[in-house]
Amino acid sequence: MSCAQTILDYGLRSLGIGERLLPRSDFTLCQQVTLIGSGLIWNLYFAFFALLFGFFLATGLALAKTSTNPWLRKPADGFIFLFRGSPLFIQFFLAYEALVLLPRAGVEIFGLTVATSWLAKAWAGALIVLTLNTAAYSAQNFHGALMSVPKGDIEAAEAYGMTGWTKFRRVLWPTMLRLAWPSYTNEAIFLFHATTLVFFSGFPAFQQRGDSLYYASYFAGQTFNPFVAYPIVAGYFILCTLALIGLFGIVNRRLNRHLPGAARRIRYRPQVIR
Amino acid sequence: MKKLLLAATALALTAGMGLAQTTVRMGTEGAYPPYNFINEAGEVAGFERELGDELCKRAELSCTWVKNDWDSIIPNLVSSNYDTIMAAMSINEERKAVIAFTQDYLPPAPSSYVALQEGVDLEGGVIAVQTGTVQASHIAETGATMLEFPNIDQVLAAIRNGEADAGFGDHEVMRPFVEDSNDLVFVGEQVKLDEGIGVGLRQSDTELREKLDAAITAMKEDGSLNTLIKKHFGDDAQTYE
Amino acid sequence: MFSYCSDPSVLDGFAWLSCYLTTGTHMLFYASFGVVLLLLAITAPIALLFGYGGAMASRSRIAPIRWFGRIYTAMVRGVPDIIFFLFVPIALDQGLEWLRHKALCDSDAPVRQGNDFVVCAAAKLPLSTSPEWVHDIYAMTLAVIAFSVVFGAFAANVLYGAMQAVPRAQLETAEAYGMTPRQVTRRILVPQMWTYALPGLSNLWMILIKATPLLFLLGIEDIVYWARELGGAKTSSFAYPHPDWRLYYFLVVLVFYLLMTWVSERVLGRVTARLTQGQATLAGEAQRKAVAP
Repeated sequence: MSCAQTILDYGLRSLGIGERLLPRSDFTLCQQVTLIGSGLIWNLYFAFFALLFGFFLATGLALAKTSTNPWLRKPADGFIFLFRGSPLFIQFFLAYEALVLLPRAGVEIFGLTVATSWLAKAWAGALIVLTLNTAAYSAQNFHGALMSVPKGDIEAAEAYGMTGWTKFRRVLWPTMLRLAWPSYTNEAIFLFHATTLVFFSGFPAFQQRGDSLYYASYFAGQTFNPFVAYPIVAGYFILCTLALIGLFGIVNRRLNRHLPGAARRIRYRPQVIR
Repeated sequence: MKKLLLAATALALTAGMGLAQTTVRMGTEGAYPPYNFINEAGEVAGFERELGDELCKRAELSCTWVKNDWDSIIPNLVSSNYDTIMAAMSINEERKAVIAFTQDYLPPAPSSYVALQEGVDLEGGVIAVQTGTVQASHIAETGATMLEFPNIDQVLAAIRNGEADAGFGDHEVMRPFVEDSNDLVFVGEQVKLDEGIGVGLRQSDTELREKLDAAITAMKEDGSLNTLIKKHFGDDAQTYE
Repeated sequence: MFSYCSDPSVLDGFAWLSCYLTTGTHMLFYASFGVVLLLLAITAPIALLFGYGGAMASRSRIAPIRWFGRIYTAMVRGVPDIIFFLFVPIALDQGLEWLRHKALCDSDAPVRQGNDFVVCAAAKLPLSTSPEWVHDIYAMTLAVIAFSVVFGAFAANVLYGAMQAVPRAQLETAEAYGMTPRQVTRRILVPQMWTYALPGLSNLWMILIKATPLLFLLGIEDIVYWARELGGAKTSSFAYPHPDWRLYYFLVVLVFYLLMTWVSERVLGRVTARLTQGQATLAGEAQRKAVAP
């Protein structure tokens, strides 16, 4: 079987498209690279959506954490402590245990039946956990950045007559992002790496549709040789991490474009990596 | 005088070390009752522990037990971190390509479906299995939708909470859970998937394999293996003729 | 443990529980908390050492050493730690045995025989005659090295940043006093960098704590291993049968980790306050003003 054929058969296997049976014998390097690459789709999916949703949640949490109202501040503090203080590994386990407890038939709310069984599936359940997790870590970053927004900036905004939402959107928020961005980049890298835990310890793989580590451990289990499949995953991850750093660097340059001399390369001040 | 005595003791010690056979390290998973598990005292126990100790006694080897995660149990054997695998490992073609086996010490073990009630769709439904087992390979080939879990507890939990229609696993492993529970039942036909269970060894380790093979043959002949099987798996278990 | 525990099947309620919670496996479970703490205590300084080496290499004037430092930090940071742990310890073990095989064995027998990796008896690590505790120590050592390599890369990143953050003027002043580069490093750079490195290092410590469940992959029986082993349903063939209790065990583990982070945050907060004293930073300035109103 040629390598092009293998890519056609297994390129989208992780989504359930293509050949149903995974290779069983005569494993080629091409098969391993293709299938593990196909699993990478899930890693990218989890990372992208968790970062997207987590970003907005984190902004809200960071604001709640700075609030003087204890009804807002205390829950935000508790949430951040809980998710930053425990291993993701255990969060996945507990979340899965909790999500499968939801009734299969769905929950009745005001006479409407809301289906809940999809929540226990990896694509939804693991995404929720990852989102909450990254939100907690990023909120801590954002909070630190909010606290270091220069006083003069805020005073200047007030002098222009900006209040509330306008002040936040046009002054506080951009400055916060600019300050938090290097550590937020680190957080994004960590989150991307954490997506490998989804099928490894948390959620069951459905119809052998898993992430890159799932397929790598499948191959390692079939060939009994850990020295091919795992380095392939490592290679993919190094490439993706580099791409991610590049992408965040572009955003960083945009955030800093008004500052003279700030268009230089992003420097990682790893203060606030997890 | 004292010096001489000391020298003599040292000599005796080194001689003793030369005579004593090297320890055979027996790898097992320790999480697959009743084949092998960790007992309340924290030691490896179960059918394979007892059988392994008896085999070592007959082959005049000194043995220690080592626990290893199932996923990496073969890579660690071939890289010589231990010398044998006795972990309910079925003999099959894929494994024979990488490691050697002794003759089987358990006849081909049946695998069974477990569900909450009769009549579930075993051909097209959702079947939960343990990752990396022969049962998982089997379900992947049937028309059923496979759901994979790292251990047997999660498989049973998935059946109970409706995540899966049925579970599929080694009959002897499932049996105690089914007998203990008031909700789980065996459904469908049993399936035989392997060529029996044997001791896994490195392919280059022919000497050890011959010793263990001879010990297993001897135990089969004098019926002590059957007695041991009945002790751990009940009187209905399959034995050797 | 207690005398009345000899026949658990007749016990119930509190007596059963007291016996159940003091079985040999539970003792191992409790001990594993100590193992995790011990490993953390050993790994942290070694990882810091790796990190220091990496950071110094990245700053080196000699290009190959600098490349090595940069590639080390970039590579290890690019790979998820879990994948690293899945193949590096076995590779490390084989590498060491191969070196010993070259040095200690007189046979020309190849190390790779088909699929097998076989070294002569004298080259085995540890020797197969050695008692069980030597094997345990060896496994621990491998785990410590693997953890140190990974977290050393992160620490190198933090320390490199901290070294860059030490004000140039301070180093130049030292040079002006006639100190050699070595002296500048030892007397100024290293003592001054800690205040900049501490936030990053304390975060790293938090990550290290939360990475310990991965110890299980390295063959160490850590708390998560035992929580899963003990929590799993036990059928009536066991002395203490019980249904699936993994949830409760995992909650205990969760509380342990939350406590660890809570204590660490308190301690590190104090250390930070200590280190910022008299520093030319915003925090140091704030401290000075607070003391002298």
